[in-house]
Amino acid sequence: MRRRILPGFGLSLGYALTYLGLIVLLPLAALAWKASGIGMDGMLRLLGSPRTLAALRLSFGGALLAAVINAGFGLLVAWVLVRYRFPGRRLFDALVDLPFALPTAVAGIALTALYAPNGWLGRWLAPWGIQIAYAPPGVILAMVFVGFPFVVRTLQPVLESLDRDVEEAAESLGASHMQTFFRVILPMLLPTLLTGFALALARAVGEYGSVIFIAGNIPMHSEIAPLLIVEKLEEFDYAGAAALGAVMLLASFVLLILISLLQRWSGRWAEPSR
Amino acid sequence: MNGLKRQLRWPRRIARMLLILAATGFLVIFLLLPLVVVFVEALRQGIHAYLSTIGQGEALSAIRLTLLVAAISVPLNVVFGVAAAWAIARFEFRGKALLGAFIDLPFSVSPVISGLVYVLLFGAQGWFGPWLDQHGVKIIFAVPGLVLATIFITLPFVARELIPLMQSQGSDEEEAARVLGAGGWQMFFRVTLPNIRWALLYGVLLCNARAMGEFGAVSVVSGHIRGLTTTMPLEVEMRYNEYDYVGAFAVATLLALLALLTLATKTLLEWRYGNEIAAHAPGGH
Repeated sequence: MRRRILPGFGLSLGYALTYLGLIVLLPLAALAWKASGIGMDGMLRLLGSPRTLAALRLSFGGALLAAVINAGFGLLVAWVLVRYRFPGRRLFDALVDLPFALPTAVAGIALTALYAPNGWLGRWLAPWGIQIAYAPPGVILAMVFVGFPFVVRTLQPVLESLDRDVEEAAESLGASHMQTFFRVILPMLLPTLLTGFALALARAVGEYGSVIFIAGNIPMHSEIAPLLIVEKLEEFDYAGAAALGAVMLLASFVLLILISLLQRWSGRWAEPSR
Repeated sequence: MNGLKRQLRWPRRIARMLLILAATGFLVIFLLLPLVVVFVEALRQGIHAYLSTIGQGEALSAIRLTLLVAAISVPLNVVFGVAAAWAIARFEFRGKALLGAFIDLPFSVSPVISGLVYVLLFGAQGWFGPWLDQHGVKIIFAVPGLVLATIFITLPFVARELIPLMQSQGSDEEEAARVLGAGGWQMFFRVTLPNIRWALLYGVLLCNARAMGEFGAVSVVSGHIRGLTTTMPLEVEMRYNEYDYVGAFAVATLLALLALLTLATKTLLEWRYGNEIAAHAPGGH
């Protein structure tokens, strides 16, 4: 109660709770209520439909793959930006945030213009039989784009504060650079890498704007789950849309909880750094 | 960091060059090229076609609507963010962690679902749909729906910037102001606000960029009525689907310029006031 000298507790908390309740919780309650309205049968029919399953598989599988790719490239970029000094480093660093700042619809049409079979890059890939736009790889590409900054931005501060003594100890004990990286540095970074992975994953699972342009949206092939929700809404199948939305939300929460468990496990030997 | 300048052996130097090349090459091809493509495609038929397609009435009304939606939703989320941060960073209460998790919730909800929930509340078949219909109030497929969906999507930004900063700043200065006789609002405007102004601006910047650029949530509640409920991102989509590529990319350049402006201001704030912002990972914790 030491802090009660400060005013405004009731006002600020009351306002925040009311606002949050009206804007976030009440609408989500409506989602749960509407979703439960389709009943057990409806739910089974929805989840048993091959089209729904294919869309969910693409959204979640694609997002997982995109998050793995982002973890790899994110680690590379964060490492280079933190450890090395080279001309233009600060500009490249600022560029990392572009996917946060660029509206998803703009990213979507830009990526399509690049990777469509007649696009800037796509035309060089087409003769090799590589199709990116209007196919699942395009979906994953867009998911990598929107999730990319998360991994870099979560890793950077940790990389900066990483204790160099440990690395030098490893090297003076005869470890090669590779060994030092994989057996000393990577284990220390793993919990943070997983945080970035989870954020990129959460973003990619629900991503809509950048994906729908490049996906081609072919049912059973390159159609993502959020688009299926939109289609159900356009057919005025509110209950179906709500049920699919609830399934997506639930699945992504389960996934995020699993990752946070994995994170706890991966950090089991990590002492608080510094 | 220790400043040991070690003599690097050749293999290591080459490895380092390759890593730098790989990282910067990835950034250029993967992030910069999409930005370049927007401007090149927009100017494909020359500057005249570009300017005339931006000057069209529909484009102008989309710009106006985008500004209107952001002008309503950003200030509301600023007030919420400050209130939530004040409660969380200055007081102990039960359920604080839960409140923090709820504030972050919109970050892990698909934009489409963020729009969907309002259709379920206010749409024709929604909870309040029939009542609203009787009273002639239109929320879905109208501007209020766009505003609500945008508020939902951008709700966490300001609070997320302020909470860690205010927690690390502590309340000594505010307590001193109170002891010296300052009133509640006097303390807030003279002590709290100056201490958090740069972080607040940073949060507003991110919140605004997302508010003006939001597509998924807004697309669900918009109904795509030209000139009435199409914001700039929706205008991009509609033109693109009508095969008006130059028109779509022309509107997209405006959004891309907004993104560049946001990035430049953000970088500037980080360089200049980095330790007064003290937040690095948007969306992180």
